[in-house]
Formats: sequence, structure tokens, C-alpha cells
Amino acid sequence: MSTQAQAVRLPRLLIGTPDQGQMSLREHLAIHDEIPTGHGRRHKRRDAVGLVESIERAGLCGRGGAAFPSAVKMRAVAKERRRGIVVANGAEGEPASLKDKLLLEALPHLVLDGGSLAVAAVGASELIVCIPRSAKTARHSLTQALGERERERYDSVPVRVELVPDRYLAGQESALVSHLNGGPGVPTLTPPMPFERGVQKRPTLINNVETLAHIALIARYGPEWFRELGTPAQPGSALLTLSGAIEYPGVYEIEHGAPLGDLIEAAGGSTSEIKALLLGGYSGTWLPGMLASTLSLSTEQLAPYGAVLGPGIVMALSEEACGVAETAQVTRWLSEETAGQCGPCVHGLNTIATAIEELQAGTAATGTEQRIARWASMVQRRGACAHPDGTVRFVASALSVFAEEFAEHARHGPCAACARPSELPLPSHPHLAVAA
Amino acid sequence: MSTNLRVNPITCEAHGLCAELLPEMITLDDWGYPIIEGNPVTPELLDHAQRAAAACPTLALLIQRRQPQR
Ligand SMILES: Cc1cc2nc3c(=O)[nH]c(=O)nc-3n(C[C@H](O)[C@H](O)[C@H](O)COP(=O)(O)O)c2cc1C
Ligand code: SF4
Repeated sequence: MSTQAQAVRLPRLLIGTPDQGQMSLREHLAIHDEIPTGHGRRHKRRDAVGLVESIERAGLCGRGGAAFPSAVKMRAVAKERRRGIVVANGAEGEPASLKDKLLLEALPHLVLDGGSLAVAAVGASELIVCIPRSAKTARHSLTQALGERERERYDSVPVRVELVPDRYLAGQESALVSHLNGGPGVPTLTPPMPFERGVQKRPTLINNVETLAHIALIARYGPEWFRELGTPAQPGSALLTLSGAIEYPGVYEIEHGAPLGDLIEAAGGSTSEIKALLLGGYSGTWLPGMLASTLSLSTEQLAPYGAVLGPGIVMALSEEACGVAETAQVTRWLSEETAGQCGPCVHGLNTIATAIEELQAGTAATGTEQRIARWASMVQRRGACAHPDGTVRFVASALSVFAEEFAEHARHGPCAACARPSELPLPSHPHLAVAA
Repeated sequence: MSTNLRVNPITCEAHGLCAELLPEMITLDDWGYPIIEGNPVTPELLDHAQRAAAACPTLALLIQRRQPQR
């Protein structure tokens, strides 16, 4: 497929994104057409079932990180006896992700279309859009958009916006359910899964806001259209947040399987040699920077490297940065973001974070790297949620990609670059540019 | 039908009684929390497993009976 043809077909979600402010309902409908009859206001059950089939044939997978097949979850909610609820997950706890924020701020009608279509498709009674407490612009944009839709009598389902804590774990699905039920907003033991018993004990479909935005387009243009981009195993386009040593960091829409080198070039190239790449965010995987010119961005092509796109995060660490210092800070932050409920998570992540700090300081006992590897496998799959698993994936890949640097630090203590401000964003000191 | 042991990691407080009562299946990690190995529970160990579950002060050791996956 030629680059020119691609240029014509992308962007899909981001088409017409305003430089400032949000797309109005009128602009949205001018670009994307009305939702086909049956899916929108005059929805009939038969059409709704048809939408789940379309989503299945499109091969849409969730964009919240786990890439779970969307149609499977929708069927599960639809078949429960009690009426369901749909939750649009815009919590976006990953510090290096900006795509959900961009969708909610600039393209709220895509998310709301997808959400109300999902409500109709699974026979649910309402849509709840969850956004971070601090997301003032997104909140404003949603309020505006809901006002427009009400004036135009565009939605047939009730929609409400809920604010969730600005925490890494807030968007984990059982934590979201707990919060919406008036609980502490921390993960709970599953099963029951949210699709069996979630908000108000009702079957609850939880989808990332980008997943819903794709549903808004699949309902209009169909599964064959969706599959015109991407790979057979992972069809469609995806939003990626590209940041770090990049000329124009921001949110980009790619087709699955696109070469990373092309994306970096489209973003103005790198601003320095790339020492390492972080894929999938802080529960993701470090890869050597030299792979920047060979990697392709799809699940099957990343699998041999043990990497995933997760929620669509790519960070380029510059040659000047210290891989050990960056890893130490993020690991400490992740250990502090524990919900504090499960022993292996609370103690394990803290022990691992401390050991990495000792390696950086040059005060660690010999064999510390081996001990970290042992602790990492010890905590795996032993939390109520996947937070420990994601954290040790990040740590294990760091120990391998930065192996030489770790050995240097263990012998000689901090390097000159350890004093540099961190390149990886942490909520206390965000270094990310505003979304493109 | 198979019987499996599972720990509820949220309620477990590392009392460690389960590892004493069922060492065949439960060891403790570096922080005193149980690691379960050897699921499913064999018929010979079922009695001991039930005793271990009953002994846990926070009832965090769960015995789960499951239909085999079809
Ligand atoms: C620690 C943790 C944090 C998560 N944070 C988010 C989040 O901020 N936003 C999100 O959409 N999904 C998040 N997820 C994934 C959700 O649990 C869930 O899988 C997702 O919202 C499902 O939507 P999807 O099928 O459309 O991807 C998180 C998962 C974990 C384990
Ligand atoms: S594994 Fe960690 S983050 Fe997840 S529920 Fe348990 S304590 Fe909380």
C-alpha cells in the first residue's frame, strides 16, 4: 500500500480535529454523517444486535491496554438478565498518555456517539463517562457537547459525567466500578467481573473512550471499511501518544502495523540519538533505541520483542538520559501508586523500588539484580489487579535493556546524567508537550 | 469437577497458618504471604485444605470448585 493512499485514508478519528476548542455537533455530523437510522435515536433492537456483529467482523479490540475483543464483552453484557450500564473509561491514568484527553476535549461527539451506540447495542439503560477530577477542559467540552445533543434531541439514552481520582489505578475497571458504587475506588477481587456484576450490581460494559470512538465509525462505515487499514490480526487505526526525544511530540493516528520509523519521521524526527524506547507506558516494555528503525506497530510484530502497544504509548528516551535513574523514579512512583491492599504488591513493589535505588546509588549488595528478578517473578499474578504484573514487566525490561548501565552504577554509584531532570513524565513534574 | 485453592490477596494478612497446615501446597513469600502451588487440590489433600481454609483468621484462603472447561 502506497504512502499516498494511506495519507488519503488517515486520519479517521482525528479528521478535522480543531486546533483549539472542540468540534461542534454540526461540524461532527458534516464530517461523519448521521448515525445510520436504527443505531441512533430510532434505534431498534435488531439493528443494535447488528452493530455487535459489525464490531465482531471489524475485529475491534479494546484500546484501554488489554486489547480485549470488544464484541465478546458486549455480548456478555447483553446476555445477562438485568439491564446493563455502559461506562466510557476516560480515566487515563498513564502519565505518558494523552489520547483520551484529546478525544474528550476536542472530539467529544465521537466518544458520545460510540457510548450511546454501545448502550443501544447491549440494551443498557445509561452511559456514564468517567474522566479525571483534574480534567477541567474535558469536563467543559463534555458539558457543551451534551447540551448540543440535548437541544438537537440527538441521544435517546441518559448520559452522565463522573469524576474519578487522579490516580494511576483509578481507571482499572474494578476500581472504576468501586468508585461509581460510592466505594473507595480501588480494585476488587474478581470474579464477579464487571460485565457480570458492576455498577449498581448490574452488568457493566466498560470501554476505553477510544474504543467507543471507533465504534462510532464502525456503525457508520461498516467492518469492511474498518479493515481497510491495519493488519488482519489487528485491523483499524489507533491513537498513539508519542513523546520524549521527538521534535513534535503529541497524539498521532496510525494504522496498526505502521513502521515506527515512519511515525517518528512524521513527528519531525528525533531530537537526539534514541537510547531506548518505552512501549505501552509504565506497565509496558523497554526496548533498545536501535530498534526505532525496524519496529512495526502491531501486536503480532511486537510480540517477538516481548512488547505491546498497550494503551498506545511510545516514549523515546534520549541518549543523554540515565536509564537507571529513569527506571528508579518510575518504579518508586508505581510502588507508591499501589492501592495498598495486597501484600505481594505493597511489599514486593516497595522492595523492588528500594533495590533499584540502591543499585543506582552504588550501595546494593552483590546479587541484587538476581534478587530483583526473583522478587519480580514472586509478585506476578498475586495481586487482585494487574498492577504488580505491569510494574515488574517494566522493571524486568529495564534491567535487560539498561544492563550495562545498571552494572556501572552498581560498581561506581550515580553517573553524571543521574542529576538531570527525568525525561519520563511523572504527575508531580509533567514534561509532556500538549497534544498535537 | 476440580477443586482449586486461591488466596484473596486483599483480605490476606500474612498470618501464615495455611502454610503450616498445608505445606504440601502452600509456601510463604519473602514477606510472609502465601504462594499456592500444585492446583488442583488432590482428593488426599482436600481435608487438609478445608482445615487450612477454616483456620485463616481473615478467611482469605478460598476453596473453589469448578466445572472443567468445556
Ligand atoms: C492498573 C491498571 C490501570 C488501568 N487504567 C486504565 C485507564 O486509565 N483507562 C482505561 O481505559 N483502561 C485502563 N485499564 C484497563 C481497564 O481495566 C479495562 O481493561 C479497559 O478500560 C477496558 O476497555 P477496552 O476493552 O475498551 O480497552 C487499566 C488497567 C490496569 C490493570
Ligand atoms: S495488586 Fe496492588 S494495586 Fe492491585 S488491588 Fe492489590 S494492592 Fe491494589
